[in-house]
Amino acid sequence: MSITVKDVEHVANLARLDLSAEEKEQFTGQLNAILKYAEKLGELDTSDVEPTSHVLPLANVMREDEARPSWPIEKVLANAPDEEDGQFKVPAVLE
Amino acid sequence: MSLFDLRLTDIHNKLAHKELSVSELTEASLKRIADTDGELGAFLTLDEEGARKTARSLDDRLAAGGERGILFGLPAGIKDNMVTEGLRTTCASRFLDNHIPIYDATVVKKLRSAQSVTVGKLNMDEFAMGGSNENSAYRAVRNPWSPAHVPGGSSGGSAAAVAAGQVYFALGSDTGGSIRQPAAYCGVVGLKPTYGLVSRFGLVAFASSLDQIGPITKNVEDAAYVLQAIAGHDELDSTSANVDIPDYTAALTGDVRGLRIGVPKEYLGEGIDPRVKERVSEALKVFESMGAVWEEISLPHTEYAVATYYLLASSEASSNLARFDGVRYGVRAENPDNLLDLYRRSRSQGFGSEVKRRIMLGTYALSSGYYDAYYLKAQKVRTLIKRDFDLAFEKYDLIIGPTAPTPAFRIGEQVGDPLTMYLNDIVTIPVSLAGVPAISVPCGFADGLPVGLQIIGKPFDETTVLRAAHAYESHTDHHLRRPALS
Repeated sequence: MSITVKDVEHVANLARLDLSAEEKEQFTGQLNAILKYAEKLGELDTSDVEPTSHVLPLANVMREDEARPSWPIEKVLANAPDEEDGQFKVPAVLE
Repeated sequence: MSLFDLRLTDIHNKLAHKELSVSELTEASLKRIADTDGELGAFLTLDEEGARKTARSLDDRLAAGGERGILFGLPAGIKDNMVTEGLRTTCASRFLDNHIPIYDATVVKKLRSAQSVTVGKLNMDEFAMGGSNENSAYRAVRNPWSPAHVPGGSSGGSAAAVAAGQVYFALGSDTGGSIRQPAAYCGVVGLKPTYGLVSRFGLVAFASSLDQIGPITKNVEDAAYVLQAIAGHDELDSTSANVDIPDYTAALTGDVRGLRIGVPKEYLGEGIDPRVKERVSEALKVFESMGAVWEEISLPHTEYAVATYYLLASSEASSNLARFDGVRYGVRAENPDNLLDLYRRSRSQGFGSEVKRRIMLGTYALSSGYYDAYYLKAQKVRTLIKRDFDLAFEKYDLIIGPTAPTPAFRIGEQVGDPLTMYLNDIVTIPVSLAGVPAISVPCGFADGLPVGLQIIGKPFDETTVLRAAHAYESHTDHHLRRPALS
């Protein structure tokens, strides 16, 4: 199974990336090489193997549900590319 | 002996006897950076003013006879993916070119309470993706031993800065080898602790199931001190382990008699440079002479580790890096048509090629129809790789092999061939997937370039790893060699 420029365009859209024609070409070749290498995993029978998401025996780390102070709004907005009235500003979402 | 050659304990003796002040030490570090960093490129941001201010306040404390922190007065550098309040943090990415964090990472707070002196932020591969530092959006770091060679990566700035005597220690982060491999290439000590031992709160996430922060130093004892300062549970990191922290320097007894060492045949097989194999064999003789015993073992799933890692780490990265959307921080493309256009163009302009490649790979592996074949399959193989280590550690205290298959390669040599570049991590990646601790210590040279020995331990058994590394170091002098910098 090999991926095409069209697949690359589809994935780029999912990843919210605009790729140049040159990048599309390059990534198609490189991703095919990497995925071909990854086919190696198919040699292993893993039908009875549980997946490992991470190595620590941790699940649902909880804390008390109590109110804590949050950042002052001017700090939160300190790195914002655009802001107005104490909020992040983006282009209109609805037409 | 120059100031740069001193150990932490030597420095502390001199400070205690008023033979040296923190300000003098800090000025020496800043001068060393001024003299050497034009060539090396280890630093992305310097904080001379902040460093001098900290140094003066520590000198005042010294004069007043106040209690001294564990890293008191030591000039240090921090990899630029750990956030520092008020000090620019870029992850070596154009996307964060103007980013001034509003808080400190937990490790940064811990360094402050240990009273080291942060002199600046260190260069790296963009978002820690890479093994050569050529993926920095700013500049490639050069290897202090040979300017034509890479320092390794992704913590290449951290390793180069320590090797060049610019700082006494540095913090790095390791996802698939990013502390150990540059430490090996630059002839210094690099420790990746057990997954979860050091808080990652404030470390910009790359692959959350693998990322871990650790020290890069000139010797093992200093690494033990730095680890002591940064290890420990943190409620701000839900994957931080709640374990007792031992006294790491007390473990450096020099005694490794009877220690059982497994040497995986896969780590000395095909693809490993013969000169690297020789250095490892010599190191094993040193362990024999100290009374440890070693045997060849097998970690049979080693050959699957690189493929497993690139699928898992890239998948996690594609998710983690979704937060860079040009809305709350970072760069934003000019005059976006709409919100979607804003996301797409900001990300496309802000990210470099390797970051885009990994986001693409990860997005593909997680996408509908491919999730089971790639992501889930890789998680299952990860279980098999981890099991290899579990089984080996039933019989052995440590696993030893090389840190990297070759010494440092030339700048530009592997650009354009990502798969070959990925294979440089073939002996560090399995360790990361298993989440166990490992250290790289200098074990000699290959045609003038340093070679690293990797000592791998059981989960949370940093003490045995450090004890063995320290004993080895005490019987060799590789770690005392310094690059001839102008």
